[in-house]
Amino acid sequence: MTAVASKRTGNPDPVDFLDIDALLSGEERMVRDLVRDYVRDRILPNVAEWFESGRIPRDLGRELGKLGLLGMHLEGYGCPGASAVAYGLACMELEAGDSGVRSFASVQGSLAMFAIHRWGSEVQKSEWLPRMAKGEALGCFGLTEPDFGSNPAGMRTFARRDGSDWVLNGTKMWITNGGIADVAIVWAQSDDGIRGFCVPSGTKGFAANEIHRKLSLRASVTSELVLSDCRLPEAAAFPEVRGLRGPLACLNEARYGIIWGSMGAARACYETALGYAKTREQFGRHIGAFQITQEKLVNMLLELNKGTLLALHIGRMKDQHRAHPHHVSFGKLNNVREALRIAREARTILGANGVTLEYPVIRHMNNLESVLTYEGTSEVHTLILGEAITGEAAFA
Amino acid sequence: MTVKLVPDVNAEKRIDPATRRLVRTGVDTVLNPYDEYAIEAALQLKEKLGEGTTVTVFSMAPESGKETVRKALAMGADDAVMLTDAGLEGSDVWDTAFALAQGLKKHGFDLVICGSLSDDGSTGGVPGAIAEYLGVPGFTNARHLDVADGRLRVQRETDNGYQTVSGPLPALVSVTMAVGEPRYASLKGIMGAKKKTIAVQTPADAGIAQPLGASGAKTELLEFAPPPARSKARVVTAEDGPSGAAAIFEFLKEKKLA
Repeated sequence: MTAVASKRTGNPDPVDFLDIDALLSGEERMVRDLVRDYVRDRILPNVAEWFESGRIPRDLGRELGKLGLLGMHLEGYGCPGASAVAYGLACMELEAGDSGVRSFASVQGSLAMFAIHRWGSEVQKSEWLPRMAKGEALGCFGLTEPDFGSNPAGMRTFARRDGSDWVLNGTKMWITNGGIADVAIVWAQSDDGIRGFCVPSGTKGFAANEIHRKLSLRASVTSELVLSDCRLPEAAAFPEVRGLRGPLACLNEARYGIIWGSMGAARACYETALGYAKTREQFGRHIGAFQITQEKLVNMLLELNKGTLLALHIGRMKDQHRAHPHHVSFGKLNNVREALRIAREARTILGANGVTLEYPVIRHMNNLESVLTYEGTSEVHTLILGEAITGEAAFA
Repeated sequence: MTVKLVPDVNAEKRIDPATRRLVRTGVDTVLNPYDEYAIEAALQLKEKLGEGTTVTVFSMAPESGKETVRKALAMGADDAVMLTDAGLEGSDVWDTAFALAQGLKKHGFDLVICGSLSDDGSTGGVPGAIAEYLGVPGFTNARHLDVADGRLRVQRETDNGYQTVSGPLPALVSVTMAVGEPRYASLKGIMGAKKKTIAVQTPADAGIAQPLGASGAKTELLEFAPPPARSKARVVTAEDGPSGAAAIFEFLKEKKLA
């Protein structure tokens, strides 16, 4: 956010009203500016077209890799080891471009690369992470199944031992980057509990089918992964981790990025609506001069600034190793919910213009419907927090 | 290469009537956008010449500009020198060029690369004047440069076409936007920049004895005025029908375009 106007006139900036910018270090601002410039130059001029045609350029991976944004918060193996706040700021700027672009980076860095970094063998790390950091290899993350979304413990994908090999059978659903991935991280039941596997996309018995006719996250590849007698060597399995804590650790990382990213989308909607309200005339005056429009804009301003402060607060906690997964649920639930409200409100300010891709608002609004549901639905995050404060689990 | 720190190019500029200088307080400071091309040219040359080439950012700026100088380091420059003193504030073209030349001499160089002008002052006079004070060949408005066998070879942009000129090192060159779009910093560059040195040089360190800045300036700003406000645009819409078309034709005729 820019606080230029504020310092000059003494009035708070109309976007960064609370001067949250001043809470960032010089290095953090430089990371933010880098990603913001990249999004302005390379994403914003093209993303409406990508959204309309339902695709995302394959080169995006290499571009983000060159900037150092893939797996940026991981250390070693070609990853820069940035702070959680720097990673969050990058997510915010990417999602101010499009949730699909942020999802691309989240899945690569926080799900696929994080899984290998956290749970992989030395060989798996050396094989995949340096190439994934550069965007030369892409990853996806297969946990959700057609019949098991919020309840991953019930997954049917099964890994059977056959000699020293593993043979996987099952279907994974709603997998971002599935069709363009070089390696899929697949979680499967086994006689030994839930296990994780690195499945190269060329493996016999592995197929990724693109899901079409989405009206959300259109600038993003979403796939179904089908594993039919997909045979893998022992070396493909994550050696140590058993059970749901494996995938859940990864989800916690990606959810953290969404706390920031959603506020990026919200900011883009608010800025668009504010700009529109100050120029669009009806009844001989700018619509921003009408009380109802002002109330809408002010409500958006409040939630945008509160949500951004919340993201920064949880980011600082994460950097101090004080962030509990419940804090991440708190942030994801609040910020995506509020971002969606902001997007919908912005749409009403833009009137009929709000439904076209000439403005970013309807694109963000439709994208946020997915963001509300993926990485833990708003309902499940509500129940996680409900359990945290009452001690009673209401969903199991 | 030399870089200037200028107020955010998107910020509204204001001149203080008392000092007749641009108000810099409260406005974000950025690298002069023209100097980003100088950085790009320097980094391209370093990539070509390989190890043993050092790219140093040289800036006359208050110490508060360190964070901005660090951006040049994040793009890939090796280190930086900031010539800093309150007495340098208000320097005109000559004082600025003299001070930078003294500082550069003290630091040592083979080639000085400058942007062609600054976004705020827009005189475009500093690079040539530095070359003069350094007593080295000065090549301005270069669109391409190359170094081989101790000589600089430059393609210059002129109003009529391009000139290819060559001269011995050490030398100074100012570059245009044609050298190539400034690269993005990378995350690794940003994180590595904090470990790079930004040395502070005082006028005394640079061997400058005479008073510079506002008191030593050879030129004086007599008057300033904001550009005249644009007159309101005439709007013709499709609803105006044939009379709209006639209005557009009249306008073009008025401007001698039809």
